[in-house]
Amino acid sequence: MANMNMIQALNSAMDIMLGRDPSVVLMGEDIGYFGGVFRATEGLQRKYGEHRVLDTPIAEGGIIAAAIGMSINGLRPVAEIQFADYIYPGFDQICSELARIRYRSAGAFFAPVTIRTPCGGGIRGGQTHSQSPEGIFTHVSGIKVVMPSNPYDAKGLLITCIEDDDPVVFFEPKRLYNGPFDGDPSKPAVPWSTHPKGQVDEGYYRVPLGKADIARVGADVTVVTYGTMVHVATAAAAAMNLDAEIIDLRSLVPLDVDTICSSVRKTGRCVVAHEATRFSGFGAEILSIVQEECFWDLEAPIQRVAGWDTPYPHAFEWEYFPGQARVTMALEAVMEPA
Amino acid sequence: MNKHSRLHLPRSPARPGEAPDFSYVQLSPAGAVARPDVNARARDIGSLSLDLVRVLDDDGNAVGPWHPHLDPAELQIGLRHMLLTRLFDDRMQRNQRAGKISFYIRSLGEEAVSVAQCMALRPGDMLFPSYRNQGLQIVRGIALVDLMCQLLSNTRDMCKGRQLPVMYHTKPGNIFSISGNLATQFPQAVGWAMAAAIKGEDHLAASWIGEGSSAEADFHHALLFASVYQAPVILNVVNNQWAISTFQGYAGGEQRSFAARGPGYGIAGIRVDGNDFLAVHAVTQWAAERARTGAGPTLIELVTYRAAAHSTSDDPARYRAKDDHKHWPLGDPILRLKQHLIRQGEWSEARHQALTAELEALVVSSWKQAAAFGTMSEGPKLDADLMFEDVFKDMPASLLKQRALMRAETGKSGASSAEET
Repeated sequence: MANMNMIQALNSAMDIMLGRDPSVVLMGEDIGYFGGVFRATEGLQRKYGEHRVLDTPIAEGGIIAAAIGMSINGLRPVAEIQFADYIYPGFDQICSELARIRYRSAGAFFAPVTIRTPCGGGIRGGQTHSQSPEGIFTHVSGIKVVMPSNPYDAKGLLITCIEDDDPVVFFEPKRLYNGPFDGDPSKPAVPWSTHPKGQVDEGYYRVPLGKADIARVGADVTVVTYGTMVHVATAAAAAMNLDAEIIDLRSLVPLDVDTICSSVRKTGRCVVAHEATRFSGFGAEILSIVQEECFWDLEAPIQRVAGWDTPYPHAFEWEYFPGQARVTMALEAVMEPA
Repeated sequence: MNKHSRLHLPRSPARPGEAPDFSYVQLSPAGAVARPDVNARARDIGSLSLDLVRVLDDDGNAVGPWHPHLDPAELQIGLRHMLLTRLFDDRMQRNQRAGKISFYIRSLGEEAVSVAQCMALRPGDMLFPSYRNQGLQIVRGIALVDLMCQLLSNTRDMCKGRQLPVMYHTKPGNIFSISGNLATQFPQAVGWAMAAAIKGEDHLAASWIGEGSSAEADFHHALLFASVYQAPVILNVVNNQWAISTFQGYAGGEQRSFAARGPGYGIAGIRVDGNDFLAVHAVTQWAAERARTGAGPTLIELVTYRAAAHSTSDDPARYRAKDDHKHWPLGDPILRLKQHLIRQGEWSEARHQALTAELEALVVSSWKQAAAFGTMSEGPKLDADLMFEDVFKDMPASLLKQRALMRAETGKSGASSAEET
């Protein structure tokens, strides 16, 4: 085991997969010689060569399309889209092509492409470097959608995604690259070495898709969340002395409905939290499932925490970000006696 | 009306009620265009993208440096494939009109594009077609019955009922699944070719796009990636002059040829008479040799004419001059190859009639076989359970649940379903 931040854990996953499987190739803007703007691919081109780790033109649609073509020819491409905010030029190739190649060809062709992309705010990125568009992709049939909340899961999930024969969009909450973040920007940054999930196996291991992690066991209320909000919600509940059960979904598609519903049946209360905007967000899907499956177990209306339905503003980052105050209000509402 | 507008609005040379006018088509005499070495640098052969490579002259003689000197037997095979493509198209069009299939797209007048190009490639080369490339399927030996079962979405449909008619694929035949969305296959072909180079294999990829959809960003991504990585790929723009009702001027064809997009990206661009089987074959072979020897990608513009409607869903009488294809200056690809072979003493009207009758019979008997696997109105039906398969490799719990709901909704037990495990 070694201390790793999320970048190092992702780098380790790609290093291991490049070493284990000659069909794995990495591609993306600035990822080769330079090692990526967030350094996730640092040293990998030097180690595996320019034919395995490719710098690409600034053309996300071209990157995704080329990755699809490569995958049809037996490679297993891991494409980096530098920011999730830049993924839209590749949207058609993801939604109309990548997601449906197995389906439309009745299994004759399939495209094992993994798209890695940093998402989320809290880094002063403004409206073009802070978005959380995962819900747009969960709405598309045929692609898996994953978002880790810590280095250990990031590595194991990425290995699983690269080995998966289905396409995956792998969102990396960039505010968590260097340390867990509890939503309070005024506090000094905390490194991953202080967190148990910063202890990462240096070898090969997998974390399964479709299996949520119970980040904290609790009895009072279930918080269903993922990514950065796992840490924000944990901190908010702790500050309230609430015995909250924090469920880190890890993969949104496939979704671990059983873990969510078992927990809600136990606690009788549920808060859903994500950084993405509220309206038509992925949280609405969770709410709907919990309502359908657990209605008679609920003691209070389900609460939802999300980003405001505005573009992500540069100057009002912390008024926008769903920090502890917003989570606390939701927890208070859900805990109110009937 | 603003008579002094600086806004240029491309105008079709002939709309309904007007006389066909193809004076805008830039032609070169047969045999007039030089054939550069296959290793020539794109920057040194820019004129190829403006000229028009032609081998067959108006009398059916093969002339000039691009004459591929193909064996007459091979030309006869080419003629057979083109004729079969046309007869197949003709019958499927009529079947659609008779309500037997929901939709069809003919390649009338463009048969040489797919047939000659596919014959110039190797079986291991991967093809990324558009929806008007049925000749590729014919040349690669896909049985008409298999194509027809796809058109019928019947129990032997290769797509299991998930795709519109004509969106074929064949994994063993190395023809990729046709999307139905335009242009997306173009940059995918480049990625496939990049992988071939990464793996050190000498196969190449070829893709086809209409001149209309060359307006999509995917076209430009394809050219950019092909240029940057010098990918072993042949990118073909089938300029059949029309995108449904929209004249090629709206794809930017008035100011510069489509082939000339190539040199802009540092890619060899070459313009060829798309209705001249020999020229199409020769140019494709030249491009293939470039790709295989590491001389890089080639953009080929095949100048042809969409003699039929876009699909069974539009009526060209509403947007273009009547019978305009009869005035197309590059003629008909089947008639031209036939004329050439007759002139060579390698074909005759009698043999042509006999071949036509043989192929018509093949189409008819194939349709009977295909219909036995089910049609829209009668015979066996695909199991609706199939809609839930292949979304992912393994069916997730959410889809298992929805499949059960669908079964309940349709009153189906599902117990006899073949894929039930």
